[in-house]
Amino acid sequence: MAGLDLKDIHKRFGPVTAVQNVDLHIPHGRFVCFLGPSGCGKTTLLRLIAGLEQPTAGRVLLEDQDITFQPAHQRNFGMVFQSLALFPHLTVGENIAYSLRIRKKSAADCRRRVEALLDLVRLPGYAGRAVAQLSGGQRQRVAIARALAIEPRLFLLDEPLSALDAKLREDMQLELRMLQQRLGITTILVTHDQREAMTMSDLIVVMGTDNQVHQMGSPLEIYRHPADTFVADFIGTSNLLKGVCGGGRQVAVSGRTLNVETLPAGVTTGTEVSISVRPEDISVVAGVREGENHLQGRVAFVRDVGSSVEIYLDCNGFQIVSQSTPKSRPAVRQGDAATAVLPPSACVVLGA
Amino acid sequence: MIAAKPKGLAAHLPILYPAATLAVFFVIPFGIMLAVSFFQREPGGFYTTEFSIDNYANLFTALFGRVLAFSIFISAFCAALCVAAGFPFTYFVTRMRRRAQVVWLVVLVSVLSLSAVIVAFAWSIMLSQTAGVSNLLVWLGLMDQAVSWSPGFWALTCGMCYIAFPYTVLVLYPPLSRLDPHLPEAAQTLGASPVKTFFTVVVGSLRSAIVATLIMVFAFTLGTYLIPQILGRPQHWTLSVLITDEAIYRSNLPFAAAMSVFFMAVSLALVGLTMLAGKGRGPAER
Repeated sequence: MAGLDLKDIHKRFGPVTAVQNVDLHIPHGRFVCFLGPSGCGKTTLLRLIAGLEQPTAGRVLLEDQDITFQPAHQRNFGMVFQSLALFPHLTVGENIAYSLRIRKKSAADCRRRVEALLDLVRLPGYAGRAVAQLSGGQRQRVAIARALAIEPRLFLLDEPLSALDAKLREDMQLELRMLQQRLGITTILVTHDQREAMTMSDLIVVMGTDNQVHQMGSPLEIYRHPADTFVADFIGTSNLLKGVCGGGRQVAVSGRTLNVETLPAGVTTGTEVSISVRPEDISVVAGVREGENHLQGRVAFVRDVGSSVEIYLDCNGFQIVSQSTPKSRPAVRQGDAATAVLPPSACVVLGA
Repeated sequence: MIAAKPKGLAAHLPILYPAATLAVFFVIPFGIMLAVSFFQREPGGFYTTEFSIDNYANLFTALFGRVLAFSIFISAFCAALCVAAGFPFTYFVTRMRRRAQVVWLVVLVSVLSLSAVIVAFAWSIMLSQTAGVSNLLVWLGLMDQAVSWSPGFWALTCGMCYIAFPYTVLVLYPPLSRLDPHLPEAAQTLGASPVKTFFTVVVGSLRSAIVATLIMVFAFTLGTYLIPQILGRPQHWTLSVLITDEAIYRSNLPFAAAMSVFFMAVSLALVGLTMLAGKGRGPAER
């Protein structure tokens, strides 16, 4: 298969396990995000791919070639570090041309390539500047240009945007994604920001605090069909209701019964499960209503931030959050009796 | 970073104490020495306060020139050796685990507690014919008979480098331990082998620290006068030996002062040139 394959990767640092049981296939030309909370091993996994660490067990294959123990400097990958790691003693142009000079390219070739790359990252004419004279966003672009100078086989980014302020970060996300699409280069980005991962990637690999991969899929797939409670909770906000599977497509939750559309394999009557429902799928109506998947409760809090309205509903033992637009805002206030309606298609059943 | 220059007496108070110390212990003694260098020697006595530039005129002899050149050469040579060995050494120490780093630094600092006398005599015994290292080499079958390596040029080099090496490491340690570990890694992902990484990125980004260390070790070894007398032959005696000799044994303070002032001027000029050369290239010098 064309692309990058990780086969049963394990990495331990002394007694500490950084990564375990990782089996992944990353198709050629895609933008992939490793997403997870801090300490989940996503950066270690990226460093294993870059060749800066060797796995304790397992293999790394690129286009079916085993590169597990190939030294980093022979891999022809481009990497952008969290600290950017621009060489402080070199100018912008010398930084970008570093990999070309190592490969003994002529001065004229280097100059042409540097100019082309500076155009690409929209910093034309900056070749002679010192790194210390640049702003954070400009350094970012230089680090990207430097990593792309040799037309790398893989483009690796280790939380490169985390040091930027929110506005600039969002701009850079779009820019980086469009750059990747234009170049068609296989790219792996490590991030703990799920919004960033959703914005940029073709595929998201969600890693958990147990240092394993929980789910890999397109952003919408992961959002709509989380594989387990960890993914449902980590990606966006989710209402997680604990319950027990009754007969058929029904789940008992705190003495009430919810209808669902599908049950995961292996779930039978009596199995403990969790139901994940996204806030925007839940509608709230004023007053006490009866019907399918209607949960009655009392409005605990209304968070109106202008662009959206969140309603927190206390339903005897658990809380439900619903999100709606200002136009479809239900006429309820704090303390009112209200009913949440959960469409069966939006109730995703997960193994507890 | 200090944003504004301090104004008024109160703001200057904290700097008065170090300034006074500097004046009392360095500026005034140097002023006295500068003055003495223009005085006349009184044979058999001290000196008279008559202005004369004879002391400086007397400097221009073949002997003085030769000793000055040798002093500068041996100090520069030892500084280069110490930095060439000390820089990679310190780099590897800073990459070690914390505990191992502490052990290495404690060993180095404990070397500093040895006085130059002990170091010089220890080396002279180690390099001697009767009890030296060459006996070990004979025993191992690497040499036919024991020889004496001390006194001599290389014995002197060993002794001076031994004294200067811990300082070299201690001066290089802070900038090297502050080096972003991602810099060498970035160089490797860009295709540089570990050796190339070391020279292009580690050495390159710390060039100003290396120049500063060279200057420090150079200035430090210029002042040694005991080691050359024990580990060197008369032709290896440095200007410091000559100055001590003149001042203490021949009681010619004005001439010793003139030599010192001239020596200092030459050294400062050399240091200035080195700093200029170090600053010439590279955009990111601070």
